[in-house]
Amino acid sequence: MPNASRFERLLTRSLDPTTVYVEGQAIKVDRHDTAAAAVLAAGLVPSRSTPASGSQRAPYCLMGACFECLLVIDGVANQQGCMVRIQEGMQIHRQVGARDIHEPPQEVTP
Amino acid sequence: MSDHDTTQNRYDLAIIGSGPAGMAAAAEAGRLGLHTALLDEQEEAGGQIYRAIGRAPLADEGVLGADYYQGRVLLEAMQAAAIDYLPGTTVWGVDEDLTLNVSRRGRSQQVHARRLLVATGAQERPVPFPGWTLPGVMTCGAAQVLLKSSAMVPPTPLVLAGSGPLLLLVASQLTHAGVPIDAVLDTTPRDNYRRAVRHSIGALRNPKLLFKGVGLLRALKRSGIPHITGVEELRAESEQGDQVSKVHYRRKGIEHQLDCRTLLVHQGVVPNVQLTRALELEHDWNAHQQCWAPRVDAWGETSRAGIFVAGDSSGIAGAQAAEEAGRLSVLQIARQLERLEEAERDKRSAPIFRRLSPQHVIRPFLDVLYQPARSFQVPEDDTIVCRCEEVTAGELRQIADAGCRGPNQAKAFCRAGMGPCQGRLCGLTVSQILADRSGLPIDAVGYYHIRPPIKPLTLGELADIAE
Repeated sequence: MPNASRFERLLTRSLDPTTVYVEGQAIKVDRHDTAAAAVLAAGLVPSRSTPASGSQRAPYCLMGACFECLLVIDGVANQQGCMVRIQEGMQIHRQVGARDIHEPPQEVTP
Repeated sequence: MSDHDTTQNRYDLAIIGSGPAGMAAAAEAGRLGLHTALLDEQEEAGGQIYRAIGRAPLADEGVLGADYYQGRVLLEAMQAAAIDYLPGTTVWGVDEDLTLNVSRRGRSQQVHARRLLVATGAQERPVPFPGWTLPGVMTCGAAQVLLKSSAMVPPTPLVLAGSGPLLLLVASQLTHAGVPIDAVLDTTPRDNYRRAVRHSIGALRNPKLLFKGVGLLRALKRSGIPHITGVEELRAESEQGDQVSKVHYRRKGIEHQLDCRTLLVHQGVVPNVQLTRALELEHDWNAHQQCWAPRVDAWGETSRAGIFVAGDSSGIAGAQAAEEAGRLSVLQIARQLERLEEAERDKRSAPIFRRLSPQHVIRPFLDVLYQPARSFQVPEDDTIVCRCEEVTAGELRQIADAGCRGPNQAKAFCRAGMGPCQGRLCGLTVSQILADRSGLPIDAVGYYHIRPPIKPLTLGELADIAE
Protein backbone atom coordinates (compact mmCIF):
# COMPACT_ATOMS: atom_id res chain seq x y z
CA MET A 1 0.00 0.00 0.00
CA PRO A 2 1.42 3.40 -0.88
CA ASN A 3 2.33 5.44 2.17
CA ALA A 4 -0.01 8.43 2.20
CA SER A 5 2.45 10.43 4.29
CA ARG A 6 5.19 10.42 1.67
CA PHE A 7 6.59 13.52 0.10
CA GLU A 8 6.60 13.16 -3.69
CA ARG A 9 9.37 14.19 -6.04
CA LEU A 10 8.52 16.38 -9.02
CA LEU A 11 10.20 16.16 -12.39
CA THR A 12 13.84 17.15 -12.00
CA ARG A 13 16.44 18.50 -14.38
CA SER A 14 18.62 15.55 -13.55
CA LEU A 15 18.67 12.92 -10.86
CA ASP A 16 21.73 11.43 -9.25
CA PRO A 17 20.04 8.40 -7.76
CA THR A 18 21.25 6.26 -4.91
CA THR A 19 19.72 4.13 -2.17
CA VAL A 20 19.53 4.65 1.57
CA TYR A 21 17.76 2.59 4.21
CA VAL A 22 15.10 4.19 6.39
CA GLU A 23 14.20 1.85 9.25
CA GLY A 24 15.61 -0.92 7.06
CA GLN A 25 13.45 -0.07 4.05
CA ALA A 26 15.33 0.76 0.84
CA ILE A 27 14.50 4.28 -0.39
CA LYS A 28 15.60 5.75 -3.69
CA VAL A 29 16.95 9.26 -3.17
CA ASP A 30 19.12 11.83 -4.86
CA ARG A 31 22.72 12.18 -3.66
CA HIS A 32 22.09 15.81 -2.76
CA ASP A 33 19.15 15.02 -0.48
CA THR A 34 19.50 15.33 3.27
CA ALA A 35 18.70 12.51 5.69
CA ALA A 36 15.59 14.47 6.73
CA ALA A 37 14.43 14.61 3.10
CA ALA A 38 14.98 10.84 2.82
CA VAL A 39 12.83 10.31 5.91
CA LEU A 40 10.05 12.43 4.41
CA ALA A 41 10.35 10.63 1.05
CA ALA A 42 9.97 7.37 2.96
CA GLY A 43 6.92 8.71 4.81
CA LEU A 44 8.55 7.98 8.18
CA VAL A 45 6.35 10.32 10.20
CA PRO A 46 6.75 10.61 13.19
CA SER A 47 10.53 10.29 13.04
CA ARG A 48 11.52 10.80 16.66
CA SER A 49 10.15 11.00 20.19
CA THR A 50 11.17 13.56 22.79
CA PRO A 51 13.29 12.73 25.85
CA ALA A 52 10.99 14.94 27.96
CA SER A 53 7.69 13.08 27.56
CA GLY A 54 8.09 10.70 24.64
CA SER A 55 5.79 12.79 22.44
CA GLN A 56 6.04 12.12 18.71
CA ARG A 57 7.75 14.57 16.37
CA ALA A 58 8.80 14.97 12.74
CA PRO A 59 11.01 17.39 10.77
CA TYR A 60 9.67 20.91 11.25
CA CYS A 61 11.94 23.74 9.97
CA LEU A 62 14.53 21.93 7.77
CA MET A 63 16.94 24.85 8.30
CA GLY A 64 18.93 23.56 11.22
CA ALA A 65 17.08 25.59 13.86
CA CYS A 66 14.44 23.38 15.49
CA PHE A 67 16.25 20.06 16.11
CA GLU A 68 13.00 18.16 15.52
CA CYS A 69 14.61 16.05 12.79
CA LEU A 70 17.05 14.31 15.15
CA LEU A 71 17.84 10.84 13.79
CA VAL A 72 20.14 7.90 14.34
CA ILE A 73 22.36 7.91 11.26
CA ASP A 74 24.74 5.02 10.65
CA GLY A 75 24.57 4.21 14.34
CA VAL A 76 25.34 7.74 15.56
CA ALA A 77 22.47 9.13 17.63
CA ASN A 78 21.08 12.69 17.79
CA GLN A 79 22.11 13.77 14.29
CA GLN A 80 20.33 16.79 12.82
CA GLY A 81 18.82 15.05 9.80
CA CYS A 82 18.34 18.24 7.80
CA MET A 83 22.05 19.08 8.09
CA VAL A 84 23.38 15.67 7.02
CA ARG A 85 23.69 14.92 3.34
CA ILE A 86 22.89 11.31 2.51
CA GLN A 87 25.51 8.83 1.45
CA GLU A 88 24.98 5.62 -0.46
CA GLY A 89 23.74 2.83 1.78
CA MET A 90 23.20 5.12 4.76
CA GLN A 91 21.21 3.53 7.57
CA ILE A 92 18.69 5.95 9.00
CA HIS A 93 16.61 5.20 12.08
CA ARG A 94 14.19 6.99 14.36
CA GLN A 95 15.65 8.74 17.40
CA VAL A 96 13.61 7.36 20.27
CA GLY A 97 13.83 9.57 23.35
CA ALA A 98 17.27 10.51 24.61
CA ARG A 99 20.35 8.82 23.17
CA ASP A 100 21.56 5.77 25.04
CA ILE A 101 24.77 6.72 26.80
CA HIS A 102 25.60 3.04 27.28
CA GLU A 103 25.75 2.36 23.55
CA PRO A 104 29.04 0.82 22.42
CA PRO A 105 31.66 3.33 21.29
CA GLN A 106 31.71 4.10 17.58
CA GLU A 107 34.23 2.41 15.40
CA VAL A 108 37.06 4.86 14.95
CA THR A 109 38.32 5.32 11.42
CA PRO A 110 41.82 6.69 11.13
CA MET B 1 37.27 30.37 -5.52
CA SER B 2 38.98 27.43 -3.92
CA ASP B 3 37.50 24.75 -1.74
CA HIS B 4 40.30 23.13 0.19
CA ASP B 5 41.53 22.99 3.74
CA THR B 6 43.20 26.32 4.33
CA THR B 7 42.34 26.69 7.96
CA GLN B 8 45.97 27.15 9.01
CA ASN B 9 45.84 30.49 7.28
CA ARG B 10 45.12 33.79 8.91
CA TYR B 11 42.57 35.80 7.04
CA ASP B 12 41.79 39.47 6.64
CA LEU B 13 38.13 38.61 6.69
CA ALA B 14 35.98 35.66 7.68
CA ILE B 15 32.39 35.70 6.39
CA ILE B 16 29.91 33.38 8.07
CA GLY B 17 27.01 32.33 5.87
CA SER B 18 26.74 32.16 2.09
CA GLY B 19 23.26 33.53 1.52
CA PRO B 20 22.80 36.74 -0.49
CA ALA B 21 24.74 38.90 2.01
CA GLY B 22 27.62 36.44 2.32
CA MET B 23 27.89 35.68 -1.40
CA ALA B 24 27.86 39.37 -2.38
CA ALA B 25 30.33 40.20 0.39
CA ALA B 26 32.68 37.42 -0.74
CA ALA B 27 32.63 38.64 -4.32
CA GLU B 28 33.33 42.21 -3.21
CA ALA B 29 36.11 41.10 -0.86
CA GLY B 30 37.71 39.13 -3.67
CA ARG B 31 37.62 42.17 -5.94
CA LEU B 32 39.28 44.28 -3.24
CA GLY B 33 42.02 41.74 -2.69
CA LEU B 34 41.09 40.87 0.89
CA HIS B 35 42.32 37.47 1.99
CA THR B 36 38.89 36.02 2.73
CA ALA B 37 37.34 32.83 4.05
CA LEU B 38 33.65 32.18 3.41
CA LEU B 39 32.30 29.63 5.86
CA ASP B 40 28.88 28.05 5.53
CA GLU B 41 27.08 25.45 7.56
CA GLN B 42 25.33 24.22 4.41
CA GLU B 43 26.98 22.08 1.74
CA GLU B 44 25.73 24.37 -1.02
CA ALA B 45 25.86 28.15 -1.31
CA GLY B 46 22.70 30.24 -1.57
CA GLY B 47 21.37 30.49 1.97
CA GLN B 48 17.71 29.67 2.41
CA ILE B 49 16.37 32.11 -0.20
CA TYR B 50 18.67 30.83 -2.98
CA ARG B 51 18.98 27.36 -1.55
CA ALA B 52 20.61 24.84 -3.96
CA ILE B 53 20.80 27.57 -6.62
CA GLY B 54 23.92 25.96 -8.09
CA ARG B 55 21.92 22.83 -8.89
CA ALA B 56 18.33 24.07 -9.00
CA PRO B 57 16.94 20.55 -9.48
CA LEU B 58 13.34 21.45 -10.44
CA ALA B 59 12.82 20.88 -14.17
CA ASP B 60 10.11 23.55 -14.39
CA GLU B 61 11.58 26.95 -13.53
CA GLY B 62 8.06 28.38 -13.42
CA VAL B 63 7.45 26.70 -10.06
CA LEU B 64 9.82 28.85 -8.00
CA GLY B 65 9.67 31.89 -10.27
CA ALA B 66 12.28 34.25 -11.67
CA ASP B 67 13.28 35.84 -8.34
CA TYR B 68 14.84 32.58 -7.18
CA TYR B 69 17.01 32.19 -10.27
CA GLN B 70 18.37 35.72 -9.73
CA GLY B 71 20.56 34.02 -7.16
CA ARG B 72 22.68 32.56 -9.98
CA VAL B 73 24.20 36.00 -10.60
CA LEU B 74 25.43 36.17 -7.00
CA LEU B 75 26.66 32.59 -7.05
CA GLU B 76 28.68 33.13 -10.23
CA ALA B 77 30.28 36.26 -8.80
CA MET B 78 31.17 34.40 -5.63
CA GLN B 79 32.61 31.45 -7.55
CA ALA B 80 34.74 33.79 -9.64
CA ALA B 81 36.17 35.52 -6.56
CA ALA B 82 39.65 34.70 -5.25
CA ILE B 83 38.51 33.59 -1.80
CA ASP B 84 38.54 30.36 0.22
CA TYR B 85 35.08 28.81 0.37
CA LEU B 86 34.50 26.33 3.18
CA PRO B 87 31.06 24.67 2.86
CA GLY B 88 29.81 22.20 5.44
CA THR B 89 31.55 24.23 8.13
CA THR B 90 29.74 25.06 11.35
CA VAL B 91 31.02 27.94 13.46
CA TRP B 92 30.29 26.96 17.06
CA GLY B 93 32.27 29.59 18.91
CA VAL B 94 34.31 32.76 18.49
CA ASP B 95 37.17 33.76 20.81
CA GLU B 96 37.96 37.30 21.97
CA ASP B 97 40.63 37.75 19.26
CA LEU B 98 38.17 36.70 16.50
CA THR B 99 39.52 33.18 16.27
CA LEU B 100 36.65 31.07 14.99
CA ASN B 101 36.14 27.60 16.37
CA VAL B 102 34.61 25.57 13.59
CA SER B 103 33.51 22.03 13.00
CA ARG B 104 34.17 20.63 9.55
CA ARG B 105 33.77 17.05 8.35
CA GLY B 106 33.52 15.86 11.94
CA ARG B 107 36.65 17.66 13.15
CA SER B 108 37.15 20.93 14.96
CA GLN B 109 39.55 23.52 13.61
CA GLN B 110 40.36 27.16 14.14
CA VAL B 111 40.21 30.01 11.65
CA HIS B 112 41.84 33.33 12.48
CA ALA B 113 40.55 36.58 11.02
CA ARG B 114 41.18 40.30 11.49
CA ARG B 115 37.57 41.15 10.68
CA LEU B 116 34.39 39.11 11.01
CA LEU B 117 31.23 39.46 8.93
CA VAL B 118 28.21 37.60 10.30
CA ALA B 119 25.72 36.87 7.53
CA THR B 120 23.72 34.10 9.15
CA GLY B 121 20.37 35.34 7.85
CA ALA B 122 16.96 34.76 9.29
CA GLN B 123 14.90 32.00 10.74
CA GLU B 124 11.15 31.68 10.70
CA ARG B 125 9.46 33.26 13.68
CA PRO B 126 8.32 30.63 16.15
CA VAL B 127 4.58 30.03 15.66
CA PRO B 128 3.25 28.63 18.93
CA PHE B 129 -0.37 27.47 18.76
CA PRO B 130 -2.12 24.37 20.08
CA GLY B 131 -0.91 21.35 18.12
CA TRP B 132 2.13 22.95 16.46
CA THR B 133 4.38 20.09 17.61
CA LEU B 134 2.31 17.44 15.78
CA PRO B 135 4.06 15.54 12.99
CA GLY B 136 2.69 16.86 9.69
CA VAL B 137 2.82 20.46 10.91
CA MET B 138 5.80 22.17 9.29
CA THR B 139 6.85 25.68 8.40
CA CYS B 140 6.27 27.20 4.97
CA GLY B 141 10.03 27.70 4.83
CA ALA B 142 10.56 23.97 5.31
CA ALA B 143 8.26 23.18 2.38
CA GLN B 144 10.22 25.67 0.29
CA VAL B 145 13.56 24.16 1.28
CA LEU B 146 12.35 20.73 0.09
CA LEU B 147 11.03 22.21 -3.14
CA LYS B 148 14.30 24.02 -3.88
CA SER B 149 16.82 21.42 -2.81
CA SER B 150 15.01 18.13 -3.45
CA ALA B 151 12.11 19.05 -5.79
CA MET B 152 9.81 17.44 -3.23
CA VAL B 153 6.24 18.40 -2.35
CA PRO B 154 4.24 17.54 0.76
CA PRO B 155 1.43 14.99 1.06
CA THR B 156 -2.19 16.17 0.79
CA PRO B 157 -4.73 17.23 1.96
CA LEU B 158 -2.70 20.37 2.44
CA VAL B 159 -3.60 23.55 4.34
CA LEU B 160 -1.47 26.68 4.76
CA ALA B 161 -1.99 28.93 7.77
CA GLY B 162 -0.43 32.15 9.00
CA SER B 163 0.57 35.56 7.79
CA GLY B 164 3.19 37.23 5.66
CA PRO B 165 4.55 37.36 2.11
CA LEU B 166 6.15 33.90 2.31
CA LEU B 167 2.76 32.31 3.08
CA LEU B 168 1.40 33.65 -0.21
CA LEU B 169 4.59 32.87 -2.13
CA VAL B 170 4.68 29.24 -0.99
CA ALA B 171 0.97 28.89 -1.84
CA SER B 172 1.73 30.19 -5.31
CA GLN B 173 4.80 27.96 -5.76
CA LEU B 174 3.04 24.77 -4.63
CA THR B 175 0.10 25.62 -6.90
CA HIS B 176 2.50 25.97 -9.83
CA ALA B 177 3.93 22.62 -8.84
CA GLY B 178 0.47 21.11 -9.25
CA VAL B 179 -0.12 20.44 -5.56
CA PRO B 180 -3.75 21.02 -4.57
CA ILE B 181 -4.15 23.36 -1.56
CA ASP B 182 -7.42 23.02 0.33
CA ALA B 183 -7.21 26.47 1.93
CA VAL B 184 -4.94 29.34 2.88
CA LEU B 185 -5.96 30.41 6.39
CA ASP B 186 -4.81 34.01 6.83
CA THR B 187 -4.32 34.99 10.46
CA THR B 188 -3.27 38.59 9.70
CA PRO B 189 -5.22 40.66 12.29
CA ARG B 190 -7.82 42.87 10.56
CA ASP B 191 -6.57 45.88 12.48
CA ASN B 192 -3.13 45.54 10.87
CA TYR B 193 -4.43 46.83 7.52
CA ARG B 194 -5.61 50.09 9.12
CA ARG B 195 -2.35 50.49 11.04
CA ALA B 196 -0.20 49.74 8.00
CA VAL B 197 -1.88 52.42 5.89
CA ARG B 198 -0.04 55.07 7.95
CA HIS B 199 3.19 53.73 6.50
CA SER B 200 1.97 53.50 2.90
CA ILE B 201 4.05 56.46 1.68
CA GLY B 202 7.21 54.42 2.27
CA ALA B 203 5.58 51.47 0.52
CA LEU B 204 4.84 53.58 -2.55
CA ARG B 205 8.54 54.33 -2.85
CA ASN B 206 9.06 50.67 -3.68
CA PRO B 207 6.28 50.05 -6.21
CA LYS B 208 8.03 46.97 -7.64
CA LEU B 209 7.78 45.06 -4.39
CA LEU B 210 4.26 46.32 -3.76
CA PHE B 211 3.11 45.10 -7.19
CA LYS B 212 4.69 41.72 -6.52
CA GLY B 213 2.62 41.40 -3.36
CA VAL B 214 -0.57 42.42 -5.14
CA GLY B 215 0.30 40.00 -7.94
CA LEU B 216 0.60 37.12 -5.46
CA LEU B 217 -2.80 37.93 -3.96
CA ARG B 218 -4.38 38.11 -7.43
CA ALA B 219 -2.80 34.83 -8.49
CA LEU B 220 -4.10 33.19 -5.35
CA LYS B 221 -7.59 34.48 -6.12
CA ARG B 222 -7.40 33.28 -9.74
CA SER B 223 -6.28 29.83 -8.67
CA GLY B 224 -9.58 29.33 -6.87
CA ILE B 225 -7.93 28.30 -3.59
CA PRO B 226 -10.05 29.57 -0.70
CA HIS B 227 -8.06 32.43 0.87
CA ILE B 228 -9.78 32.76 4.22
CA THR B 229 -8.95 35.99 6.03
CA GLY B 230 -9.57 36.96 9.64
CA VAL B 231 -8.69 33.49 10.95
CA GLU B 232 -8.41 33.18 14.73
CA GLU B 233 -7.87 30.43 17.31
CA LEU B 234 -5.88 28.17 15.01
CA ARG B 235 -5.54 24.65 16.39
CA ALA B 236 -4.08 21.45 14.93
CA GLU B 237 -5.34 18.08 16.07
CA SER B 238 -4.57 14.45 15.63
CA GLU B 239 -7.70 12.28 15.68
CA GLN B 240 -5.83 9.02 15.70
CA GLY B 241 -2.20 8.11 15.72
CA ASP B 242 0.53 10.68 15.93
CA GLN B 243 -0.04 12.85 12.92
CA VAL B 244 -2.03 15.98 12.23
CA SER B 245 -5.42 15.18 10.70
CA LYS B 246 -7.53 18.25 11.38
CA VAL B 247 -7.05 21.99 11.60
CA HIS B 248 -9.61 24.00 13.54
CA TYR B 249 -10.12 27.75 13.45
CA ARG B 250 -12.63 30.45 14.28
CA ARG B 251 -13.80 33.14 11.89
CA LYS B 252 -16.31 35.84 12.79
CA GLY B 253 -17.14 33.85 15.89
CA ILE B 254 -17.93 30.63 14.03
CA GLU B 255 -15.85 27.48 14.52
CA HIS B 256 -14.62 25.71 11.36
CA GLN B 257 -12.51 22.64 10.67
CA LEU B 258 -10.65 21.16 7.73
CA ASP B 259 -9.04 17.78 7.08
CA CYS B 260 -5.32 17.86 6.45
CA ARG B 261 -2.27 15.64 6.38
CA THR B 262 0.12 18.56 6.04
CA LEU B 263 -0.32 21.93 7.72
CA LEU B 264 2.25 24.54 6.68
CA VAL B 265 2.52 27.48 9.06
CA HIS B 266 4.26 30.83 8.85
CA GLN B 267 4.37 34.10 10.80
CA GLY B 268 7.21 35.94 9.11
CA VAL B 269 10.94 35.73 9.66
CA VAL B 270 13.20 37.13 12.37
CA PRO B 271 16.98 37.61 12.55
CA ASN B 272 18.96 34.51 13.44
CA VAL B 273 20.62 35.95 16.56
CA GLN B 274 22.27 32.79 17.84
CA LEU B 275 25.79 33.82 16.87
CA THR B 276 25.38 37.57 17.46
CA ARG B 277 24.07 36.81 20.95
CA ALA B 278 26.92 34.39 21.64
CA LEU B 279 29.28 37.22 20.60
CA GLU B 280 27.62 39.36 23.30
CA LEU B 281 26.86 42.15 20.85
CA GLU B 282 24.39 44.86 21.85
CA HIS B 283 20.88 44.05 20.59
CA ASP B 284 17.82 46.27 20.40
CA TRP B 285 14.16 45.35 20.36
CA ASN B 286 12.51 46.28 17.05
CA ALA B 287 8.88 47.04 17.90
CA HIS B 288 7.71 46.97 14.27
CA GLN B 289 9.29 43.60 13.59
CA GLN B 290 8.65 42.29 17.11
CA CYS B 291 12.12 40.83 17.41
CA TRP B 292 15.66 41.62 18.48
CA ALA B 293 18.42 42.65 16.13
CA PRO B 294 22.07 43.48 16.76
CA ARG B 295 22.84 47.22 16.89
CA VAL B 296 24.80 48.19 13.76
CA ASP B 297 26.01 51.39 12.10
CA ALA B 298 25.43 52.27 8.43
CA TRP B 299 28.24 49.86 7.43
CA GLY B 300 26.96 47.01 9.56
CA GLU B 301 29.64 47.33 12.26
CA THR B 302 28.38 46.20 15.65
CA SER B 303 29.04 47.24 19.25
CA ARG B 304 32.26 45.21 19.06
CA ALA B 305 34.77 46.89 16.74
CA GLY B 306 35.79 44.62 13.89
CA ILE B 307 32.63 42.52 13.98
CA PHE B 308 30.09 43.31 11.26
CA VAL B 309 26.62 41.92 10.59
CA ALA B 310 24.97 42.12 7.17
CA GLY B 311 21.67 40.97 5.74
CA ASP B 312 18.65 39.64 7.57
CA SER B 313 20.71 38.71 10.64
CA SER B 314 20.94 42.45 11.36
CA GLY B 315 17.20 43.07 10.82
CA ILE B 316 14.76 41.73 8.25
CA ALA B 317 14.96 43.63 4.97
CA GLY B 318 14.97 40.86 2.35
CA ALA B 319 17.44 39.33 -0.09
CA GLN B 320 18.08 42.37 -2.26
CA ALA B 321 18.87 44.54 0.75
CA ALA B 322 21.06 41.75 2.14
CA GLU B 323 23.41 41.64 -0.82
CA GLU B 324 23.82 45.42 -0.79
CA ALA B 325 24.49 45.37 2.96
CA GLY B 326 27.12 42.66 2.46
CA ARG B 327 28.94 44.85 -0.09
CA LEU B 328 28.81 47.90 2.20
CA SER B 329 30.35 46.02 5.11
CA VAL B 330 33.21 44.83 2.93
CA LEU B 331 33.91 48.35 1.66
CA GLN B 332 34.23 49.58 5.24
CA ILE B 333 36.35 46.59 6.23
CA ALA B 334 38.67 47.29 3.29
CA ARG B 335 38.84 50.91 4.47
CA GLN B 336 39.72 49.83 8.02
CA LEU B 337 42.41 47.47 6.74
CA GLU B 338 43.77 50.29 4.59
CA ARG B 339 43.05 48.63 1.26
CA LEU B 340 40.74 51.44 0.23
CA GLU B 341 40.97 55.22 0.56
CA GLU B 342 38.06 56.90 2.28
CA ALA B 343 37.15 58.80 -0.89
CA GLU B 344 37.14 55.59 -2.90
CA ARG B 345 34.99 53.86 -0.28
CA ASP B 346 32.49 56.71 -0.45
CA LYS B 347 32.48 56.71 -4.23
CA ARG B 348 31.81 52.99 -4.40
CA SER B 349 29.25 52.96 -1.59
CA ALA B 350 27.09 55.86 -2.83
CA PRO B 351 25.20 53.86 -5.48
CA ILE B 352 24.80 50.96 -3.03
CA PHE B 353 23.18 53.23 -0.43
CA ARG B 354 20.88 54.53 -3.18
CA ARG B 355 19.80 51.02 -4.15
CA LEU B 356 19.32 50.07 -0.51
CA SER B 357 16.97 52.93 0.32
CA PRO B 358 13.73 51.65 -1.31
CA GLN B 359 14.31 48.25 0.32
CA HIS B 360 14.28 49.91 3.74
CA VAL B 361 11.50 52.47 3.28
CA ILE B 362 8.89 49.80 2.51
CA ARG B 363 9.69 47.85 5.70
CA PRO B 364 7.51 49.76 8.22
CA PHE B 365 4.50 49.12 5.97
CA LEU B 366 5.24 45.39 5.55
CA ASP B 367 6.32 44.93 9.18
CA VAL B 368 3.15 46.48 10.60
CA LEU B 369 0.89 44.79 8.04
CA TYR B 370 2.25 41.34 8.89
CA GLN B 371 2.76 41.69 12.63
CA PRO B 372 1.68 38.36 14.09
CA ALA B 373 -1.60 38.22 16.00
CA ARG B 374 -1.23 38.50 19.77
CA SER B 375 -2.08 34.81 20.24
CA PHE B 376 1.10 33.82 18.36
CA GLN B 377 3.27 36.14 20.45
CA VAL B 378 1.81 35.43 23.88
CA PRO B 379 -0.16 32.21 23.38
CA GLU B 380 -2.87 30.72 25.59
CA ASP B 381 -1.84 28.81 28.70
CA ASP B 382 -2.16 25.28 27.27
CA THR B 383 0.10 25.98 24.26
CA ILE B 384 3.60 24.49 24.24
CA VAL B 385 6.20 27.26 23.95
CA CYS B 386 9.47 25.37 24.40
CA ARG B 387 9.14 22.42 22.03
CA CYS B 388 12.25 20.64 23.28
CA GLU B 389 11.45 20.62 26.99
CA GLU B 390 7.68 20.82 26.47
CA VAL B 391 7.07 23.90 28.60
CA THR B 392 3.68 25.59 28.17
CA ALA B 393 2.78 29.27 28.19
CA GLY B 394 0.82 28.61 31.40
CA GLU B 395 3.93 27.31 33.19
CA LEU B 396 5.85 30.41 32.09
CA ARG B 397 3.08 32.65 33.48
CA GLN B 398 3.19 30.72 36.76
CA ILE B 399 6.93 31.25 37.15
CA ALA B 400 6.52 34.93 36.23
CA ASP B 401 3.96 35.19 39.03
CA ALA B 402 6.40 33.40 41.34
CA GLY B 403 8.94 36.15 40.73
CA CYS B 404 10.91 34.95 37.72
CA ARG B 405 12.12 38.13 36.02
CA GLY B 406 13.85 36.88 32.91
CA PRO B 407 14.44 34.05 30.47
CA ASN B 408 17.72 32.96 32.05
CA GLN B 409 16.10 32.49 35.42
CA ALA B 410 13.26 30.69 33.63
CA LYS B 411 15.73 27.96 32.68
CA ALA B 412 16.24 27.15 36.35
CA PHE B 413 12.50 27.32 37.04
CA CYS B 414 11.21 25.15 34.21
CA ARG B 415 14.03 24.19 31.76
CA ALA B 416 12.59 26.35 28.94
CA GLY B 417 15.36 26.92 26.40
CA MET B 418 17.58 24.13 27.71
CA GLY B 419 16.86 21.53 25.03
CA PRO B 420 18.87 20.80 21.88
CA CYS B 421 17.61 23.84 19.91
CA GLN B 422 19.18 26.12 22.54
CA GLY B 423 16.24 28.49 22.61
CA ARG B 424 16.00 29.09 18.86
CA LEU B 425 12.33 28.09 18.78
CA CYS B 426 11.19 29.51 22.13
CA GLY B 427 13.47 32.45 22.99
CA LEU B 428 11.28 35.18 21.53
CA THR B 429 8.07 33.79 23.00
CA VAL B 430 9.55 33.20 26.47
CA SER B 431 10.75 36.82 26.66
CA GLN B 432 7.43 38.12 25.36
CA ILE B 433 5.36 36.09 27.84
CA LEU B 434 7.53 37.07 30.82
CA ALA B 435 7.42 40.75 29.82
CA ASP B 436 3.67 40.64 29.22
CA ARG B 437 2.92 38.87 32.50
CA SER B 438 5.19 40.95 34.71
CA GLY B 439 4.34 44.26 33.02
CA LEU B 440 7.99 44.97 32.28
CA PRO B 441 9.32 46.31 28.99
CA ILE B 442 10.82 43.50 26.92
CA ASP B 443 14.21 45.26 26.97
CA ALA B 444 14.23 44.86 30.74
CA VAL B 445 13.33 41.17 30.53
CA GLY B 446 16.03 40.50 27.94
CA TYR B 447 16.93 37.31 26.12
CA TYR B 448 18.68 34.02 26.83
CA HIS B 449 22.43 34.16 27.29
CA ILE B 450 23.62 32.12 24.31
CA ARG B 451 26.92 30.42 24.98
CA PRO B 452 29.24 28.43 22.76
CA PRO B 453 29.13 25.79 21.47
CA ILE B 454 26.13 27.22 19.61
CA LYS B 455 25.70 23.89 17.83
CA PRO B 456 26.13 20.57 19.62
CA LEU B 457 29.48 18.91 19.08
CA THR B 458 31.08 15.77 20.43
CA LEU B 459 33.84 15.80 23.03
CA GLY B 460 36.04 14.21 20.39
CA GLU B 461 35.53 17.19 18.10
CA LEU B 462 36.28 19.56 20.95
CA ALA B 463 39.49 17.69 21.72
CA ASP B 464 40.71 18.24 18.12
CA ILE B 465 41.33 21.89 18.99
CA ALA B 466 44.02 20.97 21.51
CA GLU B 467 45.99 18.94 18.96
